[in-house]
Amino acid sequence: MTALLEVSSLRKSYGDRVVLDDVSLTVQPHDVICLIGSSGSGKSTLLRCLNLLEDIDDGVITFDGREISDPRVDAREVRSRIGMVFQAYNLFPHLSVLDNCTLAPRKVHGVRRTDAEARALSLLEKFGLADHARKHPDQMSGGQQQRAALVRALCTSPTLLLLDEITAALDPELVGEVLSIVRAEAEAGMTMVLATHEMAFARDVATSVCFLDEGRILEQGPPAEIFSNPREARTREFLRRVLPGGGE
Amino acid sequence: MSDWQPSPRELERRRVRQSLATRSVLIATVLTVAVFVLVGAVVASSPGWDTVKATFFDWQIAKDTFPDILDGFWLNVKLFMICEVFILVLGLAVALARVSRSPWLTPVRIVAILYTDLFRGVPTVLLVLLLGFGVPALQLQGLTNDRYFWAGVALVLSYGAYVAEVFRSGIDSIHPSQIASAQALGLSRPQALRHVVVPQAVRRVVPPLLNDFISLQKDTALISVVGVFDAVFTARDSTGYLFNYTPYVVVAVMFIVITIPLARFTDWLGRRMMRRERAGAR
Repeated sequence: MTALLEVSSLRKSYGDRVVLDDVSLTVQPHDVICLIGSSGSGKSTLLRCLNLLEDIDDGVITFDGREISDPRVDAREVRSRIGMVFQAYNLFPHLSVLDNCTLAPRKVHGVRRTDAEARALSLLEKFGLADHARKHPDQMSGGQQQRAALVRALCTSPTLLLLDEITAALDPELVGEVLSIVRAEAEAGMTMVLATHEMAFARDVATSVCFLDEGRILEQGPPAEIFSNPREARTREFLRRVLPGGGE
Repeated sequence: MSDWQPSPRELERRRVRQSLATRSVLIATVLTVAVFVLVGAVVASSPGWDTVKATFFDWQIAKDTFPDILDGFWLNVKLFMICEVFILVLGLAVALARVSRSPWLTPVRIVAILYTDLFRGVPTVLLVLLLGFGVPALQLQGLTNDRYFWAGVALVLSYGAYVAEVFRSGIDSIHPSQIASAQALGLSRPQALRHVVVPQAVRRVVPPLLNDFISLQKDTALISVVGVFDAVFTARDSTGYLFNYTPYVVVAVMFIVITIPLARFTDWLGRRMMRRERAGAR
């Protein structure tokens, strides 16, 4: 099986501040990679680099057998095959949920409006948002908005889904409804890289967990291993602080 | 970390980025030169170009009329600088009146709405004529009959209405949660406006404000309609007995020379704000 996404020796810095240092990561099709680590450890930046939203300073990113970190690569073409969901939803407030969902299919992928709307509506229906299709994002709860943002990302049938702490801005009781969608997509075989603070979810869904610390992947392995028997002292310390009943 | 050296791949990538950047500059340069050469060629090869050159671009006449026009132009500049201050104050006051909620201020609010509706609707040149000739004709005691003064008042009233709407749109663009959080801290609504909303609003509307001021700089030329000896009136005077339009071109150049710095400043300010707003939001 060839890797869908391969990152090797990735480096990213803002001025003197090195945000990602020698990061290497392999994502196979149908993998669910969870990035964990404290704020500022580089999780979000890594995701943004994968989507070419940031110019990298060194290293190579290969997606679907092709190097995408080459400046001559058409970033739009790459992004059209990668879905991304942000912590702050980033729905377009001037468009209805349905229009949010059909914008990219219609303008980027050239799908006809009726087809785009049919697909968007069926996805909205599937995730319990059918009643909200005509609403504007501001009229919905945070959980509903984030589910709509997920549907927007899924509408283009991406090969890879990047999720950047998508539940971090939500009430605990709304987290579940969003994560259930992610879980469903994972079970349906979607390849995902997600930054998350939801350790229980990571343990449950991830095929592999990466612990990031100060811009490096300090430790990577199957969730059972990382959560039960972490190799690094730094990982143990982090998990002790974030896991319920972890002492302190 | 400090012992990091760019890999050969990265060095090659930098070369590619560099060459892509060079290509962009090259395209921009070639295209710009081509467009300007083309426009110049079309104008210079038009059949009437020699006549136009003689009636609009006579260097000797330009030199001769320049000092008088410059004297008149000083009136325009002075008017602009004085009006600008009053316009800002009036505009902000009207905008604040329009966003006020207090029942006591209802009459003020209505006056403010009527004012913006009325003065944005009347063409500025008519306002200048009406005030410049009309108010002196009233022969009121204690009021000056200076047409320069009344033309200035007309400009302030006209532009004040525009600027008020610019300020108001800025105030409206600040998210209500900002007022809510200010009020949650115990600030009154006027205090919230004064310390939280207006400072953010003003920053946001600086580019459109400067846009209005560039427009005002040019519209000071309207005072010529009431016979004030500003740059335009002086130039018109000269064209009358020289049978040559070069003085108008001289005035146009003067206006361009003073508006360009303001226009560049507006651009720069806009870019700086964009950078700032994007710096935090990644």
